[in-house]
Amino acid sequence: MTSTSSAERAEADGYTPVADNLGAVLASGEPPTHPSAWSASVTFAWRAMLKIKHVPEQLFDVTAFPVIMTLMFTYLFGGALAGSPEEYLQYLLPGVLVMSVAMITMYTGVGLNADIQKGVFDRFRTLPIWRPSALVGAVIGDVCRYSLASVVIIVLGLVLGYRPGGGVLGVLVGIGLLLVFSFAFSWIWTLLGLVLRSERSVMGVSAMVLFPLSFLSNVFVDPRTMPEWLQGFVDVNPIAHLVAAVRGALSGQWDGSATLWMFVSAGIILAIFGPLTMRRYNRK
Amino acid sequence: MQGQSNRSPQCGSYPGTGHPGAGVAKGEAVTVSTAPAIETSGLVKVFGKTRAVDGIDLRVPEAAVYGILGPNGAGKTTFVRMLATLLRPDAGHGTVFGRDIVGDAALVRRQVSLTGQYASIDEDLTGTENLVLLGRLLGHGKSTAKRRSGELLEAFGLTDAADRQVKNYSGGMRRRIDIAASIISTPRLLFLDEPTTGLDPRSRNQVWDIVRIIVEQGTTVLLTTQYLDEADHLAGRIAVIDHGTVIAEGTPGELKSSVGAGSVHVRLRRGEERAQAERVLAAELGTQVHFDADPVALTARISGGESGRGAAEHASRALARLAQDGITVDDFSLGQPSLDEVFLALTDRKETRP
Repeated sequence: MTSTSSAERAEADGYTPVADNLGAVLASGEPPTHPSAWSASVTFAWRAMLKIKHVPEQLFDVTAFPVIMTLMFTYLFGGALAGSPEEYLQYLLPGVLVMSVAMITMYTGVGLNADIQKGVFDRFRTLPIWRPSALVGAVIGDVCRYSLASVVIIVLGLVLGYRPGGGVLGVLVGIGLLLVFSFAFSWIWTLLGLVLRSERSVMGVSAMVLFPLSFLSNVFVDPRTMPEWLQGFVDVNPIAHLVAAVRGALSGQWDGSATLWMFVSAGIILAIFGPLTMRRYNRK
Repeated sequence: MQGQSNRSPQCGSYPGTGHPGAGVAKGEAVTVSTAPAIETSGLVKVFGKTRAVDGIDLRVPEAAVYGILGPNGAGKTTFVRMLATLLRPDAGHGTVFGRDIVGDAALVRRQVSLTGQYASIDEDLTGTENLVLLGRLLGHGKSTAKRRSGELLEAFGLTDAADRQVKNYSGGMRRRIDIAASIISTPRLLFLDEPTTGLDPRSRNQVWDIVRIIVEQGTTVLLTTQYLDEADHLAGRIAVIDHGTVIAEGTPGELKSSVGAGSVHVRLRRGEERAQAERVLAAELGTQVHFDADPVALTARISGGESGRGAAEHASRALARLAQDGITVDDFSLGQPSLDEVFLALTDRKETRP
């Protein structure tokens, strides 16, 4: 922690602008060619990584939160639903993996809402770069956070006795599917982050959407035990498709149709919320 | 494209050498009038029921400081944000170096840089990280961005603070890093939105010096300020804005002379005599008299020219009348009108008009 007193000391150094010095810097400020959309996005992702470096507390939600979710649901429901926590874990772990990461995606909106209130976004928006890159980069940075959360949950699962039938490859494919979906899913929250006024309201609305989506699904139990009308909802719930696809990959029993539906719903979400977010961002 | 300067960036580090070019006279380059840096006509921005900018026509010549002067909430920032392509105008149009701010927004962005009212810098990152980040976003490679960042930090006296988070910077340092970030690629037009608000006098002088050097290098600066002396010191031309419209435009000298030959400032011994003194001065000078914030002081403008008498003569007659009426004057001064008085006069005139 740098103290303010050192800032004051530096202030007292009595800086005097020197015309030659500044002039030379100005004279050599020939603008380079503009970066590609990809390069600008990656630079913004790097900014997200720098922020993690300076404010490591923000990793709390992708480390402690998944651990609590996994432990809580395994031991809360395990005995009642599957006879023992260990047996239940084989069914639950892919579900809780998806649920935790889906829940974490809402911090994308919360973070963006806080970030965009600050003056630095004004500067970004006056730069001659591909406009969506600031948001795409932020989401790419968040995908890195989602990977960390996934690794935390898988490792904890292995420690608790989870044994993925799909092996290392299955786990990697499962996490890959989850990250692809989460990237698309995050754009719902970027839009909310831009539309709503405060971090708190972003949080409230996100939770209201996420709780039904994740609980009314196949995360915890087989939907066949549910009443028919509820099964109807689960059938169209994109989170349920994602859980089935990830569960298939992890267990080694590939679920082709669920995977296809997962890609379709991710595509639809991105196609709707991506442009809406950008429209909002451009007008802000 | 680094070989353009015949001075290496390091050569300016000799401390205390005098540079004849440092004190460039303000307004020197105002006569250049080819393509205007900014031209707007009927620019309007409405927020709900507030007409924040209500039809501004302005022409800003290239390579000088142009001041936008007005109180808080006059519409200065909204005006600048439209020109910087951050806000879409609701009516009217504007160009920056001939490029439309709506239709050619991308081209406008290549020529401008903005330093906002609040630091346009990521406070969680260090000084170096901020400059490297922006350098990369402008298209520099990693090593060039790094080198450029080092040069800028050096030129702005921030080398010691390079690896500290900006949130730990003092107000003056924050301003400097903000301006440094605006000239990573030298802009043709730099927007400085209230660059000295909240700074102590020394930091303010540093910013003024920086602005003068930047203009000397050929960049046009659009400066908004609520400080009249700032506009007076830096700007070659000034537009005075109030309630979203331009109420006066011209050089500082023109604005002053449009108000009158000067003003007489009087300090009374007894505050309760102020109303009486006002009547006497108004009758004698035939102009409006203002009560100052100081409860025993008042200021009256002297309209020159009409009677052919000088300001001093007007003032001495007025003082004589005060003495005749038994009003004790502790102190008085006669001066060129300050921009403060100009501003008061202009806003008053507007309010009394139907």
